[in-house]
Amino acid sequence: MNKSFDVIVVGAGPAGTTAALVLARKGLKVLLLERGEYPGSKNMFGGALFGGVLSQLVPEYWQEAPVERYIHRKMITLLAGESAVSLDFESANFKQPPYNGFVIQRPRFDRWYAQEAVKAGAVLLAQSTVEDIIREGSQIVGVRVRGRRGELRANVVIAADGVLSLLARKAGLRGDFRPDQFSLGVKETIQLPPGAVEERFRLTGDEGLSNEFLGRMGDGLHGGAFLYTNRSSLALGVVVHAHSLKDKKAAIYDALEKFKRHPVIAPLLEGGRFLEYSAHLIPEAGVAMTPKLYTGGMLVAGDAAGMVLMGGVFLEGVNFAMAAGWTAAETAANACEKGRFDAQTLAQYRERLEGSFVLRDLNRYKHVLPVVLNKRLYEVYPSLVCRTLEKWFAVDGQGHPKLASIVKGLLNEEIGFWQMARDGYQLGRGLVW
Amino acid sequence: MVDISMRLKFSRYRVDREPHIRVNYANCRTCKQRACLTACPAQCYLPRQEDGVVFNYEACLECGTCYIVCDRGALAWEYPKGGYGVSFRFA
Repeated sequence: MNKSFDVIVVGAGPAGTTAALVLARKGLKVLLLERGEYPGSKNMFGGALFGGVLSQLVPEYWQEAPVERYIHRKMITLLAGESAVSLDFESANFKQPPYNGFVIQRPRFDRWYAQEAVKAGAVLLAQSTVEDIIREGSQIVGVRVRGRRGELRANVVIAADGVLSLLARKAGLRGDFRPDQFSLGVKETIQLPPGAVEERFRLTGDEGLSNEFLGRMGDGLHGGAFLYTNRSSLALGVVVHAHSLKDKKAAIYDALEKFKRHPVIAPLLEGGRFLEYSAHLIPEAGVAMTPKLYTGGMLVAGDAAGMVLMGGVFLEGVNFAMAAGWTAAETAANACEKGRFDAQTLAQYRERLEGSFVLRDLNRYKHVLPVVLNKRLYEVYPSLVCRTLEKWFAVDGQGHPKLASIVKGLLNEEIGFWQMARDGYQLGRGLVW
Repeated sequence: MVDISMRLKFSRYRVDREPHIRVNYANCRTCKQRACLTACPAQCYLPRQEDGVVFNYEACLECGTCYIVCDRGALAWEYPKGGYGVSFRFA
């Protein structure tokens, strides 16, 4: 194999494959490196792909791609010990092409997507772990792959090597990985009996559901849970802040087990057959963890650059990764045209991202971070809402007290009115205005 | 506590002879926190009776949680060689 390329992309996930696809279509010589057995084999996420960017690159991708179900119904649930309160949103508009989003399984989807890049002319090399970057002066000029492939050279390296981007670290573009910047997610895929997915979630045809949960997870872990409908199986899991794992000494698999046994969840899993358990980190600090996005000869995209929007109501990463991968490709192609690959030339990557939804949304929702890190969001409010409604709805021969008096009674037990007002302001600033 | 090894029997692994994560146990012996014991979602870290931990890399899911919660700098953390380690199928 020739060892010199216009661009080397490290990581065949959504960011890397998009970059390789766009570059290959422009006729550039691009190498896509993937450490897994095949693209997607190391990748895991909750389950929802929002295809806004993808449908511009591969029109009507859902005809070809291995998708499970389109998501027309989105639920957000507050979970307390024995009860739950949900916001259940459903739209006929989300049932129409181009569809708002799909539930997918990454090992199948990423593999398909990488083949699109190969069809366009990219060279895909799986089972290749990059161990270091190659520098010449201040310029990055290639990567070193473990094993017989050895040194590979390119004018531009795009680091799309995922959430724990050892490449960005080695290039000096980011500092140490800190527990307050990440969440850990674990997931189980559970096969249900025939027809059970449709029946239990009242779905017809290819309709699908995404459901996020907020509440106390396990023994004091802070985070949430999720449930997505595949074609005939369920993807469900728990996501918790890495710093709470560190502080609380509670295990995430115990939290997952507790979630599965919750009286609202357990009946949905009945008769299910366990298929797989997986785990992955999520970058969740948004712009507070954005690394330096470029240096001479290198660009960083996707999870590697912390490009995930995690605002409680939004959970989006793949769409951001694809947009960033595309922008990285445009920047690299432009640099190839000019024949200049220094940091100054590649700086347009950041400018372009600032003009797109990628950095705009991450900036717009940067005040969500304190909300997400507020422990009362998990420990107090979900159960407060559930208990309030339980007391209000209960018919126990005592009559129905008015809402304010129930809330007042519960507030005194747990938190004061001013604390709630301050948290309400924090939430508003983060999400509403 | 859930025994996660039963679940990991369903996962597909290609185990390298060499571990991709190396633990400097000297740093663990004086660690009071031992956050890795509960933070690892695959139960790869087990407590030693007196102090410190024992690490088994074979069932590692390569998430990196141990690396970010360890504040002893005890881990030389790398991804496995190309093609080795876990391969997800339904994730």
